[in-house]
Amino acid sequence: MLQIEINVLLFELALTFYFIAAITGIAELFRGKKASSGATRYLAITGFLFHTANIIVRYIEGGHIPVTDMHEAASFFSWCVLVLFFYHEFRYKMGMLSSFVMPIIFVLMISSAFFSREITTLDPVLDSHWFEIHVILAFMGDAAFAMAFGIGAMYLLQERYVKSRRLGDLFRKLPSLQSLDEINFRLIVLGFSLLSLAIITGIIWAHSAWGSYWRWDPKEVWSLVTWLIYALVLHLRVTVGWRGKKAAVLSIIGFAIVIFAFFGIGLLQKGRHVFL
Amino acid sequence: MNILVIGLNHKTAALDVREKVAFDGDRLDEAMNMLKNSGVVRENIILSTCNRVEIYAAVNDIGPGVESIKNFLSSFHNVPPEFLDKSLYVYTGADAVRHLYRVASSLDSMVVGEPQILGQLKDAFEAALSNRSTGVLLNKLMRKAVSTAKRIRTETKIAESAVSISFAAVELAKKIFDDLSAKSFMLIGAGEMAELAARHLITNGVKKVFVTNRTPARAEELAAEFHGRAVPFEDFIRELLHTDIIICSTGAPHYILKKEQLQRIMKERRQKPVFIIDISVPRNIDPRINDLDNVYLYDIDNLQGIIETNLNERAKEAEKAEKIVEEEIDSFLKWKESLSAAPTIVALRNRAEEIRKAELEKVLRKLGPMEEDRIKSIEYLTVSIVNKIIHPPTAALKADDEDKEQMLDIVQKLFNLKIESNNNDKR
Repeated sequence: MLQIEINVLLFELALTFYFIAAITGIAELFRGKKASSGATRYLAITGFLFHTANIIVRYIEGGHIPVTDMHEAASFFSWCVLVLFFYHEFRYKMGMLSSFVMPIIFVLMISSAFFSREITTLDPVLDSHWFEIHVILAFMGDAAFAMAFGIGAMYLLQERYVKSRRLGDLFRKLPSLQSLDEINFRLIVLGFSLLSLAIITGIIWAHSAWGSYWRWDPKEVWSLVTWLIYALVLHLRVTVGWRGKKAAVLSIIGFAIVIFAFFGIGLLQKGRHVFL
Repeated sequence: MNILVIGLNHKTAALDVREKVAFDGDRLDEAMNMLKNSGVVRENIILSTCNRVEIYAAVNDIGPGVESIKNFLSSFHNVPPEFLDKSLYVYTGADAVRHLYRVASSLDSMVVGEPQILGQLKDAFEAALSNRSTGVLLNKLMRKAVSTAKRIRTETKIAESAVSISFAAVELAKKIFDDLSAKSFMLIGAGEMAELAARHLITNGVKKVFVTNRTPARAEELAAEFHGRAVPFEDFIRELLHTDIIICSTGAPHYILKKEQLQRIMKERRQKPVFIIDISVPRNIDPRINDLDNVYLYDIDNLQGIIETNLNERAKEAEKAEKIVEEEIDSFLKWKESLSAAPTIVALRNRAEEIRKAELEKVLRKLGPMEEDRIKSIEYLTVSIVNKIIHPPTAALKADDEDKEQMLDIVQKLFNLKIESNNNDKR
């Protein structure tokens, strides 16, 4: 009982810090010429520590990776996005990244907060290592698409400044078009590879748990749709050079589908991805 | 002693005046020596750049000082005094300090915020130092001017944004391409502005350079200058396949690159971005080209517009800088005030008196109860020792000596005297 309260408390703390980080992140966009203060980053790190603790507590309590209901899934999704965000933040030191990612994190977390926080047990049929591998691949893949969405939005904004020849303060603070485009591409490659592996491991796991590989359950269908969309994005980029603005727009559309597949299906229907 | 500056700059004098009074580097020592030997000018620094000629000096009396420097200028450069009178400005005291600080932080420059002037000022100061034509006053003043300029550079954004065509071009290129060293560049045509921008791109890392021109010989010439390759003018469009940045400046009366042509090229280069700067008037690049994806076209007016916005921003930052200048002037003037004799002598006396009293008390405590007479005579002894020691330095400080400032400075340092108003100096 006490542990449930602890994980709820940790979640609320994480949510609060992400909320403040989202606010400061958005405020940075309008701060004029002043360079980023780094406040957003430290708020995000603090929230992330509480968030990680929350996931660990739930893992211990439930005995499996906490992704078996909407609350957990959305929360774990944001956690994966943050892992990728911190990697990019420290690896590339891109300006303004947090201003675009933290609002996404906050929206995911607040949607998570609307669902029941009870810790559920996992159907023993599903409880295997394939489960862990499958969900981690799937969630990290979706997280890469979420990051590509944020970077794509940054690209579109920066490209509008350069194209319209109106160079505001934000133009100076945003990264260059080329680096945004390259990172966007790399994220889509990463997301696509992880999604492919997730589908493959999902097929193997389904076979070992239920004895059938593929049943056209809505989640499976939409995963396939997502996979096809990103396959198309990559194909167009490599063959006809759909880069830059077009790639950015596609990564935004792609993520809209990811989000629909993530929340929409889970709320509308019940397939064998019962928890989602 | 008084500080003054006499000089002229781009605002007060046209180029034909400035070039007549500019100091040749070889004759700088000679000039400073002449001033030094005038008997009126005690310290001097000559700052001579293409936009300004200024003499900073420390003199005993302002009137004769100004006259002597003006005479020196006209005799040294062999121009009649009336020729200079219209252009020369004279600032003294706080105004002179303000002027120097504003010059150092480039608030007085033609392009506010340009970085060269501080270096030129430092060079002038170095030259004066090695010539020994400065003293305690100008040394302090110059160091404060440099630190003020640095403070302004870090605390305001006065030198941040691009205010010339070539800087604006590079700033944009970096926001499109990030790392310029992997990019190629083509110069179409020639012209001062285009070549300057080309040179600036190269110093910012661009390595692969193509040059094309209607006159093949001119193309070869420029290619050699930029360590690039000359491309026949008829073929330049083909070469755009491998070009990321284009600067165009030809005298052609029509478009030399049309939208459809570039569209084909873009397809072939798989939409790799292209940044085009068209500084020709009339324009040489079809303006509709900007509608193409991954193509960014800027003409002369677009760049001019950016520069104007940036200049306005600098003007705003300059207001902040002026406030910093005023603060720093105060701090310098306080230091200078402390260099007058009276407070130094008072401080010296107080210091000696403090020591005397403390030591006397210690001794009396050690000796125990004693007759009043004896205490009186011990006290008398201490007073007279202190007075004897202090008398000669006091007398020297009171005398109107040549090196009075220097002496005051030294005395303050030797006796570790804290003069009341000498506290704002951070150094």
